[in-house]
Amino acid sequence: MKKKNATGYRVPLFDRIFKPRMLVLANGHSVAQPRSRMPLIIGTVIALVYLSIKLTGFDLGIIARRGHQFFVILSQIFSPDVFNISAKTFEQFGMDPAAVSFLSIFDGRWWEALWYTMQHSFAPTVFEPLLDTVRMSVLGSFIGATIALPIAVACSTNINRNRASVTILRLLLNIIRTLPTLVIAKIFALIFGLGTYAGTMAILVFTIGVIAKMMYESIETIDMGAFEAMESFGANKFQAFWSACMKQILPTYLSYCLYALEMNIRAASILGYVGAGGLGILIDERIGWRDYNGLGTVLIMLFILVVTIEHLSQYLRKKLS
Amino acid sequence: MSEKQIKAPRPLSIEETYAQRPRRWWVYTLIVLVVALILVWSASGVQYKGIANKGSEVAQGIMRGLVTPNWDLLLGRITEDTTTTKILGITISTEGVPYLLFQTIAIAFLGTIIGGLLAVPISFLACDRVVPKWLAKIFQLLILLIRTIPSLVWALVWIRVTGPNAFCGVVTQSVCSIGMISKMYITAIEDLDVRILESLDASGCNGFQKIRCGILPQIIPNFISTVIYRFDINMKDATTLGIVGAGGIGAPLIQCITSSRWSMVGSYLFGLIILMMLIEWVSTKIRNRLTRG
Repeated sequence: MKKKNATGYRVPLFDRIFKPRMLVLANGHSVAQPRSRMPLIIGTVIALVYLSIKLTGFDLGIIARRGHQFFVILSQIFSPDVFNISAKTFEQFGMDPAAVSFLSIFDGRWWEALWYTMQHSFAPTVFEPLLDTVRMSVLGSFIGATIALPIAVACSTNINRNRASVTILRLLLNIIRTLPTLVIAKIFALIFGLGTYAGTMAILVFTIGVIAKMMYESIETIDMGAFEAMESFGANKFQAFWSACMKQILPTYLSYCLYALEMNIRAASILGYVGAGGLGILIDERIGWRDYNGLGTVLIMLFILVVTIEHLSQYLRKKLS
Repeated sequence: MSEKQIKAPRPLSIEETYAQRPRRWWVYTLIVLVVALILVWSASGVQYKGIANKGSEVAQGIMRGLVTPNWDLLLGRITEDTTTTKILGITISTEGVPYLLFQTIAIAFLGTIIGGLLAVPISFLACDRVVPKWLAKIFQLLILLIRTIPSLVWALVWIRVTGPNAFCGVVTQSVCSIGMISKMYITAIEDLDVRILESLDASGCNGFQKIRCGILPQIIPNFISTVIYRFDINMKDATTLGIVGAGGIGAPLIQCITSSRWSMVGSYLFGLIILMMLIEWVSTKIRNRLTRG
């Protein structure tokens, strides 16, 4: 079997099985048109979809029969109890519940009723877990990012010339990143006991995996001229890296840290599900009690938090670049 | 002003320029202070209460489990007390790691494909180059909502509809994927080069030909690359969703951790780590080929 054509280009297996079509042009030259790979790709995807449907017990009938239930729950989530002023509350503040309309927002009593509802809703109990979530992710991200930097330096092939240590470190980082955060959190919750400390540790480990990977990839692309010049002056690796490379990678590093913080706030909000502190406990509890209005309140506050942090971090990242 | 600059007596030496470098020490001090304050505040809420009374045992157990995994479970051997199922005429143990891993892949695969398909119309509707601004804003808000609600919550809501099984995982992932995939689709649509359409117009192409030769070749590699990237994420998410009962390897893994059967935990983690690395490697390969063409 001929593996290489006249120009020395290695012919892919596909083109060896399905021979390209030869076209003869008007000027007498012949051109090979490779067969389209589309049928093969589409066939593979369809086969995989069929297999997946078998493996997962996919059944659209369930959605058709019980799908409305999803929207029932969703509509309850979207009427969180913070804004649900009951008729009784209106009466308490001397308003006629039937007469309440859009115009009543100009009435002071409507605001009093809203304030009363907010105070007696689920919202005040959400604050402490919400702040816990922020605390866990801030502390975990900060310590994790600090530890990740030296690890990233040790993992980059242009600074650490020892292949064996680079391979082992990268393998360890890969293993850390493949483990789901919730599993790490569960293990830490068993080791350190339930609470925010376990969550912080889980986020810390997760952050190390993510930031170290992104950092060693960008350290490998920096300009090494200054580093080599410093080394030729007799600086040791640490001094050379500190003064030649730090300036180059610092903006990237900081923006990765902010990105990790953004990601961690989302991740931290569910860690409580396995007992690692934060909002997750409340989410689990509300769903367990089928209190979807309360769940809506939790989610609204999480939504506000995530959007705020995202905007803040995007603003800072724009400043950095 | 400009005259003064011209009359500068002589160019500054390097030392002098260095001495005149902008000094914004107070800005840096302020930043450090703010960060330190935030950290102190965070640390105040996170207290170390020492290792739990079974903590060291758990840590040792996991290490031991990873070194000596349960090989029967890892290879999915069929013994008398395993439940089995038939897929394509092959009998597989439903408790074995291979079956659970394949199920996890299947959930992520179907979820990503359905999510990727659903995201196409949504992202066109959320792109203000295609539809009026007010409509685009509504769909952008929808995408934002889908993205901020954690996938775990979506799963817990869908479980009420479908019951705790792998199908729930598929539906959840289809919904969750829409958020991120649409966001990246929109960027691809906004980067479309419309001048090609004009030249196709000039050469007399009809509407279908314009889409086939002007739009699809620009969009498809971008879309597929996004979908493959999301598949990577969904694989990891599928394990997490399993923990709440949406099928896959998550549920048995957490059960074994809780009941400290470490050799089983070891074999689940072992399979998971190998699979994840394999998938990441393959998806990076495909995406690199797509971007290079």
